[in-house]
Amino acid sequence: MSGKVTNGAGEGTGGSAEGLDAAFFARWMRAAADAVDREADRLTELDSAIGDADHGGNMRRGFEAVRSELDEGVPATPGSVLMTAGRKLVSTVGGASGPLYGTLLRRTGKTLGDAEVVTGEELAGALSAGIDAVAQLGGATAGDKTMLDALRPAADALADSGGKDLRAARTAAEKGAEETTPLQARKGRASYLGERSIGHQDPGAASAALLMAALAEAGGDAEGSA
Amino acid sequence: MADTSEGARVGIVLVSHSKQVADAVSSMAAALAGVPDAPVTGAGGLPDGGLGTSEEVITEAARRVDAGAGVALLADLGSAVLTVKTLLAEGDELPDPSRLLDAPLVEGAIGAVVTAAGGGDLAAVAAAAEEAYSYRKV
Repeated sequence: MSGKVTNGAGEGTGGSAEGLDAAFFARWMRAAADAVDREADRLTELDSAIGDADHGGNMRRGFEAVRSELDEGVPATPGSVLMTAGRKLVSTVGGASGPLYGTLLRRTGKTLGDAEVVTGEELAGALSAGIDAVAQLGGATAGDKTMLDALRPAADALADSGGKDLRAARTAAEKGAEETTPLQARKGRASYLGERSIGHQDPGAASAALLMAALAEAGGDAEGSA
Repeated sequence: MADTSEGARVGIVLVSHSKQVADAVSSMAAALAGVPDAPVTGAGGLPDGGLGTSEEVITEAARRVDAGAGVALLADLGSAVLTVKTLLAEGDELPDPSRLLDAPLVEGAIGAVVTAAGGGDLAAVAAAAEEAYSYRKV
């Protein structure tokens, strides 16, 4: 439960730092589906304060579709797991988070390429490329009170540990999400609220923190042990 | 106004969070274009009719209006814009060539549909829609 990427007792589940395989990435996506399902009400509550109160339901619909897709069969490579999941999110979420998370996962997956096993360091680099694509798509930068404020610190923390410390990524994402509370939204629907968006945590940053917590869980960090 | 596809017209897809908005703007633009079969369709809301943006609804609409001369898409805001951009980045989901027009949905749709109905190519349709920004109201 160190949250480090350690070998899952040789069960071929891909938890070793030398190798994250498709099963590891499938586990990440399933853990994300669990987390989003568990926290859907909280996401919607956050979104009702500064958005249109659909984030929890949208994310739940999207990740349930990802889970169903994986239940049909897990693609052979880490990259294809993420690209499949990203494509599913774009087609099922129905809100802005669909294309944003879809782009995140697809670009991350595309960057991982065809390798059957990738290192934590490669994951950190690919995640960073995925985040760049999200920033480009949405036109947001750090401090705009968006999912980037959770994702960017997470990817940086992972990179700083040489791709080994998934728990650090989780902690950084959670901290980043909490730190969106005093910010004024400059992107998305919440930006129409101007100063009234201050004092509420950004729902996109909150769901991004769940995604990073799920990544740590896939690597062996127990739920809620952060 | 060169047309490369022997009389084929550019198809126009109007993407909105609301099915009613997309369909109503489509009807209005078609009526203002003054031709019975203007190449425009709405792609609003979710497949179940709820508010939102659906990749499936958009790609299906784009295929429907594609006559070989390209497809121009207009979107209202937020996820409508992001979903179209994501589809375009994907490369193979929309007919080739497809293009998101940088224009307001309603005003842009009128310019785009009138131009497409008259046989304008994708660049001409885009220019007509984007011109909507130069019309100041006050």
